[in-house]
Amino acid sequence: MKICISSTVDNINGMTDGRFGRCPFYAIYDDATKEYEFVANDGAKEAQGAGLKAAQQVVDNGVEVVITGNVGPNAMRVLESGNIKIYKILGDKVKEQVDYYNEGKLISISKPGASHMGIR
Amino acid sequence: MQIAVLSGKGGTGKTTVSTNLAKLINVRYIDCDVEEPNGFIFLKPEGIKSQEVSIPVPYVDEDKCTHCKKCIDICQFNALVHTNKVILFEKLCHGCGACRAVCPTMAITEKDRPIGKIEVGYNGDMECLGGTLNVTEPMAGPIISKLKSMIDDKTTILDCSPGSSCNVVKPLLGVDYAVLVTEPTEFGLHDLKIAVELVRKMDIPFGVVINRLSQEDNTTSRYLKDENINIVGTIPFDRNIAVMYSKGELLINDDKYKKLFTDITHNIEEAIGCSL
Repeated sequence: MKICISSTVDNINGMTDGRFGRCPFYAIYDDATKEYEFVANDGAKEAQGAGLKAAQQVVDNGVEVVITGNVGPNAMRVLESGNIKIYKILGDKVKEQVDYYNEGKLISISKPGASHMGIR
Repeated sequence: MQIAVLSGKGGTGKTTVSTNLAKLINVRYIDCDVEEPNGFIFLKPEGIKSQEVSIPVPYVDEDKCTHCKKCIDICQFNALVHTNKVILFEKLCHGCGACRAVCPTMAITEKDRPIGKIEVGYNGDMECLGGTLNVTEPMAGPIISKLKSMIDDKTTILDCSPGSSCNVVKPLLGVDYAVLVTEPTEFGLHDLKIAVELVRKMDIPFGVVINRLSQEDNTTSRYLKDENINIVGTIPFDRNIAVMYSKGELLINDDKYKKLFTDITHNIEEAIGCSL
């Protein structure tokens, strides 16, 4: 099973990113190998539909769990149709999230946040 | 002859200038501000005929789809997503048809999705056109294009959207002269400069109308002088104008203000070198 965490940098000691669609990196943890792989978010620089492009990338990577801060309504629809579970980040370190998930400490996100949250 | 009225900043008086000017010289009026059309409030056209405007969006036949994702890769607007099937986010779709063109199994057909309407009516023998974009729809372009396709080369005044976005550039394509409406405030001047940059880039001759003028010497008039920009008219800061506007009346119904618009007409005629 793969777990995807939205991240500000490509390092597990780095900070998580509360934005799903426009975060720069995804930390993808594979619990079979216990290793992290970092992928740049294709959606981050899109003029429109960042969340959709990001969600597509997550689906294509075979992820089953997403840990992030806020998911927009469009991305939510894609993740749901890909049967991906979504959880809220706890604390701020990337490497802590998988442990929190395994300990069952994370709260699931069931409602989409405001659209265009990541545009600043 | 096409004359566009634009401003950069919203609420400076584009509709006031364009409706009064159009009625005074009795030429065709088009409200291109399809997100907030209010020209018809002042012109009160009658016998309005309405038609729907739609854009083509893809419809995927799942029996024919081979899940090759070519349509997803080609879409520049991220309107298509593939999970276990292709999902369309229709508000992001620009109706370009690329997905249909690349589909190897012809699984994609197009369906029309209404995004707004166009209305045509008459005030006396003056033709009035206007478009309205449906609420929550993001794309005004197709309606503006449709409006522009409905006119011939008779003299027309185009009332544009505020700003300098695609919705302003679209009506500006092919116009002969632009009237930039501004107000003598810092915000007005800031946005006027953007509008000036736009018309200069598009090589459109233009002049400025200063609305709500209370003193002749101000930062806006100094800027226009420094830049060598023609002032085609001024409208005073006057309570009576606000009263007439709020009642939905044309200012040219009052002789005092009719003179202002007659002067503006003469100045525009002089600038373009022919009569309107």
